[in-house]
This record gives sequence, C-alpha cells and structure tokens, in this order.
Amino acid sequence: MGTVVESQVVNGVANLEVFSNTLQELAQRDRDILAVTSDSRGSGKLVPFGQKFPDQIIEIGIAEQNLVGVAAGLASAGKKVFAVSPACFLTARALEQIKNDVAYSDNPVKLIGISAGVSYGALGSTHHSLHDYAVLRAINNMIIVAPADNFETQQAIKQAAELNKPIYLRFGKKPMPLLTNDESNSFQLGKGRVITEGEDIAIIATGEAVLPALQAAEKLKSSHGLNATVVSMHTIKPLDYALLKQVAANTKALLTVEEHSVYGGLGEACASYLLENRYSNPFKIMGIPDEYTVTGSQAEIMNHYGISEAGIIAASLDLLNL
Amino acid sequence: MTGRELELRSNLYRQKILKYIVGAKAGHTGGSLSCIDILNVLYNYVLNVDPKNFGAADRDRYIQSKGHCVEALFVVLADKGFFPESDLETLCKYKSHYIGHPTRKVHGVEQNTGALGHGLSLSVGTALAAKLDNKPYRVYTLLGDGELPEGSNWEAALTASHYNLDNLCAIIDKNSLQITGSTADVCNTDPIDEKFESFGWEVEHVNGHSISELKQAFDSLPLKKGKPSLIIAHTVKGNGVSFMENQVKWHHGVPDAGQYEEAIKELEQKKAAIL
Repeated sequence: MGTVVESQVVNGVANLEVFSNTLQELAQRDRDILAVTSDSRGSGKLVPFGQKFPDQIIEIGIAEQNLVGVAAGLASAGKKVFAVSPACFLTARALEQIKNDVAYSDNPVKLIGISAGVSYGALGSTHHSLHDYAVLRAINNMIIVAPADNFETQQAIKQAAELNKPIYLRFGKKPMPLLTNDESNSFQLGKGRVITEGEDIAIIATGEAVLPALQAAEKLKSSHGLNATVVSMHTIKPLDYALLKQVAANTKALLTVEEHSVYGGLGEACASYLLENRYSNPFKIMGIPDEYTVTGSQAEIMNHYGISEAGIIAASLDLLNL
Repeated sequence: MTGRELELRSNLYRQKILKYIVGAKAGHTGGSLSCIDILNVLYNYVLNVDPKNFGAADRDRYIQSKGHCVEALFVVLADKGFFPESDLETLCKYKSHYIGHPTRKVHGVEQNTGALGHGLSLSVGTALAAKLDNKPYRVYTLLGDGELPEGSNWEAALTASHYNLDNLCAIIDKNSLQITGSTADVCNTDPIDEKFESFGWEVEHVNGHSISELKQAFDSLPLKKGKPSLIIAHTVKGNGVSFMENQVKWHHGVPDAGQYEEAIKELEQKKAAIL
C-alpha cells in the first residue's frame, strides 16, 4: 500500500491529472477500485497510480475490445473498474463491447475516454473523438459526462466510483482553470452547473468548451453590455432538461458549444428537447462540422471552427442580430 | 447423477429443446443439440450454482459465448429450478423475457450474450476478479467453432495466459458447421489446439457427446497449473436426431409437425435403449 494521497481541488492542471490523483485517493481506501489500461497508463497519467497500487492496475495491452470485455467481467464480480483508453479507440473499436457487455448487461464499468475531442491535434482524425457523444447517446443505460474543470473532474470521479451504473467520462489533456471560486456551486452528476447568469443569451457548453464560453461571456459583458448565462452541462446524458427549460425561458437566444461533431452531441440533444417544447428563439449549435478537421494543434483546430472566445462572441452577436 | 442418469437427462433435454423451438417457431436447433451434453455435464456435475442463491459471490460462473444456442441453456436452467419450465412456452413471444439469446432478465443467466466473440473476454475479467480476491470459483465459457474468427477471442486468449488464469475453462463446441457451410470452408481455424497452445493454453480434446469423457476432462481442471484450460469438444451439429445431423440447414431450421414427431420418436427409442 502506498503513502496516503489526498486529492485536492487544484486549479489549472489537466483534468486527466486530477482523474489520476482522485483515483489514487479512492484506491487506497477501497481495494476494489481497479484501473484497467490498454498500454495507456502513460497517456492516462496513471504511472504514479501503477507504482503505488500495482495490484490495482490491470494492463491489457493494445486491445480495446478485450479491455472493455474484461472490465465488464471484473465489474460483474464486484470490482469498481475504471477502463482507461484514448476516447477515439475506446468508443469506436470497442463500441460493441460497450453496448453489449457494459450497457446491455448492466455491468457498472466506468469508461474513461482520455485525450478526447481533438486533444491529439495534428495526429489527425484517427486520434480524434468527435463521435463519442453521438454513438453513446444512442445506447440505452449509458451516462455520458464531460467535466469542464479540475473540480468537476474530482467530483465526477468520486461520484462515478460509487455509482452502480455504466458511465462514460471524457477528458482532455490541456490545463483547465476553475470555472468559478464559488464553493457553494456544487457538482452533481445529471445536474448542469450555472456558472454565470444573464438575460440576453444562454451559452450551454460541455467539457473543455466551457472555458471559452465563459471567456466569451465576460467579453460580451465588458465590450457589448450583454449578459449571458453560461452553463457547464457536464452530463450530456441524461440531460438536465429542467435547467435547459429554465435558461431557455429566461434568455433571448441559446447557443450550444462542444468539442464534438455538430451531429448527435450536446447541441442536438438540446435542440430536440427545445423543439419538442415549442422553443422558438434563435438557436445555434457550435461544434466541429461534418468534415475531417484541418491540421493543427487542439487550440488551432478549435479556433479554426470558432470554438473559441472570438467565435462564440461572434455567434452570440449574430443570434441576437447585433 | 450417475452416468446413465446424465444420459437420460441429455435425451430429455434434446426433446425439450425441440419442443420449445417448435413452440417458438424459431431457434438454433443444430447448435443447441450439439452443445447440450456439455451443458448437461456442466450443470448436473460440475458447476457450483444454486438457483436459490444465485448471487453467491463464490458461485462458479458459466458464460455462454455462443449465445444463439440459448434454447439449450434455457432448458437446462428450467430443469435446475431457476424458473418454471412453463415460462419457456413464451419463448420469443411478444413481451417475453425469454428471447433468442441469453439475457440476465432470465434467472440464472450470467451475462447478456448474442454478439459473437464476447464471452471469452467477459470470462477472463471474471476469472481475474476471482484471482484478485482469492476466491475459489471457476469460470466456464462455451464458444462455437464458428465464432473463432472474431478477433476479440484472440485478444482474450492472450490476456488469459498472460495472467495465468488456471481458474478459467473455455469449451469449444466444435461441430464444424456454421450458417454458410463447413467452418473449414468459411474460415479455417484448424488446428485450434496448436493455436491456443501457442497462446499459452493447455488443451484437451474430448468427444463432446460422451458424458464420461466430458466428466473426466472437467475433473482434470486445471489441465495444467498456471495455464488457462481449453476443452475442444468434438460434436455433431443436430446430434441425436439423425435427419438433422451434420446438415447446415438445421443451423436454425425449425421442424414442422411431422419432423418433430419423427425426431421425438427417434429420441424415445434412444431413451428406451438407455433404460
């Protein structure tokens, strides 16, 4: 057993680091906590975990289908399993195992998609996961979560560990500052977090896309006198319809932002609810269009498609006819 | 159960498989008849499972990777008291829990299967959990020879030997036929034994319709300490009903009334011979 590790709410490291630290904290208290990896302990920041808890990390090798099937078998025998693999491979190559062995068989595996979205940047489309929300949303009995900052990550991992249901958590690689210092702004799986409130436009974002949304909201206020509501909709499924309904009713336009295809993700989840509930204000989905992305770093790709402070400001002004 | 009692059980199970497939107007007849002796020996001789305490942490696990032969599993589970046999009259009927593949909605089923190439990974994970927890149970999984080209099987085979899972026993129902024709013609996986041996498994061949050979093989587990065990059960698709034997069309053929009567008559004659 390793030395006592207390994970802390840090500010400004990669969410993946927080995932690893939180998992260490959980693992030392609960021997049923297991990390299962596909030659991914380095990219999953799990090297320290493996050193401290060698009996609680299981290496599968580069075999994602087997990773998920083995994880499901372990979970069915009572283990609290975190199956860790790059999101691009985990949710595509092992999709049938996720559908059948995890979701359909109700084996409570915690699927951890690392380096998600376009985190791998110029490594290209084989390594991008812009489909994961879409494919997993269509699978029954699957919770989908993209924490935005270090606090959300820590809380999501702790809550997932005690959750006896299949869940997918998606993490990027870049350092993420806290969205708010308001300690009363708590985190609960399935409940979106309102970061700022305003009556002009609602910006609903998820994962690493929340930060540029928040930066855009600050600029909209300082430069244009506009008040935006920004929601970190960390749980994409089940979607917090009550919060969506509330912010839609209290604003004049609604914008969704995600590091995912514009097809099948957070935006379309919001759109279908809003349309079925007679929402008629201006609405836009921001994400990656239906194409293999331009070459670049994660930041360059996000900027290229407008998932940035400037892009979100421009889209907001357009929605408000300003 | 004595060897003769087990022989009679297999005969009874064959008759019930046919009865419920005819009732459902659907089912995987040939494969259910080829694997039924294996399931008979597992559930009546080998497995430590109790319908009254199926959730017991130390129970043996049976995971049916060749899920399409669910009729064999359901008939055995009903006989073991997991649910009333009359439930099987709803097999594949509107709103029934008894669907055409194993589902946990049916008491006694460990995992939902049906897509091929999944059972071995699930079994590896379960066997690994037993090792981590120092639990005495063993994990058994039944594969069809036709599902061996699924690559996930070979991923799982590697992991099983990497972690020295000698509490894992895979059984291959080698009936040598699949829906398109002979497995050798569709995608030849022979020699299966050499492939698994090279993956670090210990392998034994048995006649999959010989109760005594099956018992003996299961009694020998693990076939080698520190290695996962593979029992290659050589079987005949449609076994027990001569006009179905080795005929691809009975992969999921459903007997008509006359064929059903003829099959039951033959099985009754075989039963009389056992008695």
